[in-house]
Formats: sequence, C-alpha cells, structure tokens
Amino acid sequence: MLIEVRFHGRGGQGVVTAADILAVVGFKEGYYTLSFPMFGAEKRGTPVVSFLRIADEPIAERDEVYNPDYVVLLDPTVIETVNILAGIKNGGMVIANHPKKSDELKTELGAEKLNVKVTTINATKMAIEILGRPITNTAMVGAFAGATRLFKLETVVETVKEWFEDDKISEKNAKLAEKAYRYMMEVCR
Amino acid sequence: MKKVVRGFYAVAYSVKLCRPSVICAYPITPQTEIVENLAQMYADGELENCEYITAESEFGAASILVGASAAGARVFTATCSQGLILMSEILFNAAGLRLPIVLVNTNRALSAPLSIWNDHQDFMVLRDAGIIQVHVENNQEVHDMIPQAYKIAEDKKVLLPFMICMDGFKLTHAYEPIDLLEQETVDSFLPPYKPEYYLTTKKPIAMGCYAPPPFYMEFRVAMQNAMLRAKEIMRKVFREWAEVSGRDWGEHLAVDYPNSRIMVVAMGSIVAPLRKVVKELRSEGLDVGLVKIRTYRPFPVEDVQKELGSSEKIIVLDRSVSFGYEGPLSIDLKAALFGRSVEFYSYIVGLGGRDTSKDFLASIIRNVAHNKEKPGWAFKGYKEFEEVIP
Amino acid sequence: MKLKIYFGASSPPLQSLNLKTGDWGTHFAVVDKEKCTGCKVCEQYCPEDCIEVKESGKEKYAVVNYYYCKGCGVCASVCNFGAIKMELKEFFR
Repeated sequence: MLIEVRFHGRGGQGVVTAADILAVVGFKEGYYTLSFPMFGAEKRGTPVVSFLRIADEPIAERDEVYNPDYVVLLDPTVIETVNILAGIKNGGMVIANHPKKSDELKTELGAEKLNVKVTTINATKMAIEILGRPITNTAMVGAFAGATRLFKLETVVETVKEWFEDDKISEKNAKLAEKAYRYMMEVCR
Repeated sequence: MKKVVRGFYAVAYSVKLCRPSVICAYPITPQTEIVENLAQMYADGELENCEYITAESEFGAASILVGASAAGARVFTATCSQGLILMSEILFNAAGLRLPIVLVNTNRALSAPLSIWNDHQDFMVLRDAGIIQVHVENNQEVHDMIPQAYKIAEDKKVLLPFMICMDGFKLTHAYEPIDLLEQETVDSFLPPYKPEYYLTTKKPIAMGCYAPPPFYMEFRVAMQNAMLRAKEIMRKVFREWAEVSGRDWGEHLAVDYPNSRIMVVAMGSIVAPLRKVVKELRSEGLDVGLVKIRTYRPFPVEDVQKELGSSEKIIVLDRSVSFGYEGPLSIDLKAALFGRSVEFYSYIVGLGGRDTSKDFLASIIRNVAHNKEKPGWAFKGYKEFEEVIP
Repeated sequence: MKLKIYFGASSPPLQSLNLKTGDWGTHFAVVDKEKCTGCKVCEQYCPEDCIEVKESGKEKYAVVNYYYCKGCGVCASVCNFGAIKMELKEFFR
C-alpha cells in the first residue's frame, strides 16, 4: 500500500504544516510516512505545494508526487492559476476548501468526465468561526482524515493539540480539526 | 526514541549528541536549516561548552574551523554546491594539516546555469582532496553516520577531514520517522576528542609549514597512507556501530542479491528506489543485484573487486559528469575492475534535480538485461534540444 | 519538437518581465498623492524599478507598478514626505 497526497495552497497558510501534521498522525497509527515541501524556493502569498506519502512499508520514493491519490486544496483562489487535478489517479479524490457545492466545483475544475471524486468543505468559514482567522491547515487535516477514514479522530485531535505550544491556540485548532473531520465523515458516507 | 523529524533536524540533533566545541557555517540552500537548528539549540543553551559562530562566507567558515580544530576543538559545519567549492581551498589545507573536521554536504548541482536542486557534481570537486567521503541513502543513515564520522576522523591512525554527503531536498527536506539516538549511546561510543598536539601557549608549535621539493612529497605519501589505513578503521567502526545501535548499514558497500549476473551500482538517495526496483525485476525473472557505494573515498577497491569482479554486466548510475570523459563513479569502478571480463553500462542520470522515477530506473535495467543496449556510457532522461543564440 | 535552450545559459533581455512578482509580497506600497511632491527619491531607491513619478497636467506624483512590487518597503522608508505607506494585503488580514 502506498498512498500519495498533494496539498495546494498559498505560502504562509500552513500547506507544509498540514502535510507534516498528517505525517505524524500516520506515524502514530503505525504507518510509514513521509512529507516534504515542493523542492525550491517559497514565498508568502504565492501558490505552493507540499506532499505526503503514507505506506505500510518503508518509503523509498523521494521524487515529488506526480500522480496523487488525493489532492487537498487549502485555498479556493489557487484554482484560478494552478491545475490542481494534474496527474490525479483514476478513482482519485479532491478534498477542497471551497464555498461551492461539490458538484459545482467539479464542473468548475472541468472534471465532469474524469473518474475523480470532488468533495468540498467551507473550511475558511469554519476557521473564522473557531480561530477568528482564515487559517485552514488544521481544518484540512481533519477534513482529509475524515474523508479518507485513514486515521482515527482521536489521533488527529491529539496530534493537532501537541502541535501548538500555546494552550488556547492548540485547543481551538483541535476543535476546528474535529469539526472538519466530523463534517467530512457525514458528507463522504 | 522514534520521532517524526525533518532531515535537517536528524543531522543537527546527532551533531549535538557528539558534543562539538565549535560550529561555524554560512547559509546555503538546501543546507541552511541544519545550522539553523544548531543555532537554535545553541540559543536555547542545549549545546554545552560549544561556540556557535556565523561566518561571513563559506571561505570564512572553513577557515575558522581550521583554526578551532588546530586548537584541539571538535568542530562541525555544513554546506554544499557553490559554498563547498568556495571552501575548497581551505578544505584541501585541512586535509594536509590532518585536521578531523566533520562536515555534512547536502549534495546540490553547480552553476551555471544556477540550480539549487540535487545532483552529485559538487562533492566530486573535493574527491581528490584527502577528505574521507561517505554517502548516505536516507535520514536515519545520516543521523547514525555523524558519531561514526567523528570516531573515524579523530582516530590517531587517520586524522583526516570527513565529509558526509546527503542528497539535498530529497533527504534534507523530508519529514519522516527517525529513531533518534540517546546521549548515553553516543557518549559510550564516541570518546571526547583529545588530540596529541594542538595550538596552545603552554607547548607552542607552528602548523601548516612550507615544504620545498626535498620534503613535500613525503607529506602527501603520509596522507595517502592515512587514507588507506582508514579503510580498516572504518570497517571496524561500522561493525561496532551495528552492535551499539542495532542498525547495520553494511561496510564500505552494501549489497543486495550478491553475485547476480547484472549488478547495478549507485550512491545516495537513489539507492532506496533502486532497491525496490531490483526486487521487482527479480520477480520478473531478471538476475539483477544492487551495490550501494557508502565509502567513496578511500575508494574500496578490494570490496568492489570482491562484489563485482565476477558479474557479467555492470550498470553504473552516475549523477555527475567528468566533462570530456564520463561519470566519475563509472571511471573509478572501471579502474578497480581492470582486466576483468565485465561489460559496463554507464549512465548519467538526474542532473540538477531531474527526477529518476522507479519506472525510469526499471526501464534502464530492463533494456540492459534484454540486450537492447550496447556497452558504453550515455546520458539518460534528458530531452532532445537545440542550442540557440539569444 | 526540440527544446530550445539559449547558448551558455544566457537569455535575451527583459525575460523577467514575464515573471509577475507582484503577488510575492505581504504588503504593497500606497502613495498619498496629496503628500507626494514628485521628488523621485523613491524611484532611485526602488530595487525592482517599479515605482515611477508620472505627470498629469500640473500634478506630479509617484505611481507603483503592482505587477512587480514585492512590497519590500524601501520606498516608504526613504520618502522624505511620509507620502508612501505599506499596507497589508487583504489576503493576509
């Protein structure tokens, strides 16, 4: 088993952190994991990419992910300039932070004819409600785990809590991840 | 204790456990976060009896370390690419001065054109400097290699600089589970550095003298002798490490499926996907094995002859070029196997961060196995191009 | 089709115009036309050559090219009249 994931967002939104948190979650659940940023320079505000591999044996592949099983979108505006579907596997899934409904986004991405599932969650709204800021990485960590059912909710919440030093921030982010997890569990039945 | 960390941290943490006295560096991608992590540890007071110095250039960093090492300090630096070649004048000196400086090189392409991505051109510049060079396959291996590097470099029979080469980005930026060493393990394995002589006012000496023709050659012979002695010492230390840590990385070479008809030879992070590819190809019925070069200098000639001397076809995957000849690793292997009836298929791949996917590697090996290639050398994995004047 | 590469890693002029660096920054420079005297100090200091004093009728003031402004803030700090402010982009608020 080797699951490959690509994360899209903008520099400063925690695209790399989202992949890193999930690498720790996967590790805690007994998988081999590997996450890494796009190779090269990164600047705040520009579209950026990070990657995650999850496997049940040591991971040898160290190239960037070109054929992801899952694509996670943290920032809805990225789709204007970046083709987030590039190389996605047949039967793959897009987990998107987007205000539109899943079907609408699938049409907008031009993916009607592809065997790709598109699921949306308004993570920006959830983040503003809970964190007071539009930072969506922890929400999308929860959304990924909930949509794929790869990881248990408890592990996600525990890892997100450990990630932040400030107790208040860690509590809020854990709450946000949990809400996104439960929402996706509901939607992706 | 297993923890998910980035490659940078795996290096920095291991360096910390080796209790260095002076760390000095200048930032360069993709090395920077190694010394950033060390600077953080220094600022947090985690590095006991250690001085962290930010230099004004790599030339400065290497010079400061030569001074510190000459004064008896255990020292560390990390660099790569343009930084490494800026250090090169000093590093050649460090080898001649017989200073056991340990440095990590995060292998990166050389300019021009400017590239921050990974290949093996940079460390090849230092191949003939009198510096021990060991190549690692993953972040656990680099984490494990640092205490071994100090032990080997500081051995009285060796006393040479030691360079650990890890692939930039592919390893440095990878965030993955690493079994982090315990302080007690490293302390019991690596004794404090106590040089027999060093710069001190109590017993003054001069270092780095001038040697006219009647004397110069003897110094270089002595360096070569030390390099050759290092082969045995390294073997001993590698074995000792396997016992202490429970992780056996092999000796100068690590071999999968020895005595196969076709042997693939490579070094660095490309070895990990190759291992899977070779395993898969064997299930297709191909008689193929893999040799990972761990020690590149001193070159393990005897080991190479033993492991590769009786194979029929050797596929060498170089990630740098000796312009006007071919891949440097291939050149070295051919010299070591001179006179043997073995066919060489030498390929230069993955320059400047060009990907070398498992499918790509498998197709190279299949083509050789099915006699679709003639012996010789070639670049693989580049596009057809034409040069135009702007 | 063959890939074309320029000999010796050279390049024809003005290729970097294709690289719109305006979305790199977190801040962008905003000129207060009332305070700006059109002295051109900012023009000389801008490392990206993307602030320029323009004249329209009797008015003379600095105009920022937002396609390329990386938001470094050099213009704002050298302005002798306090006419340039660095504002955080909406996206980061």
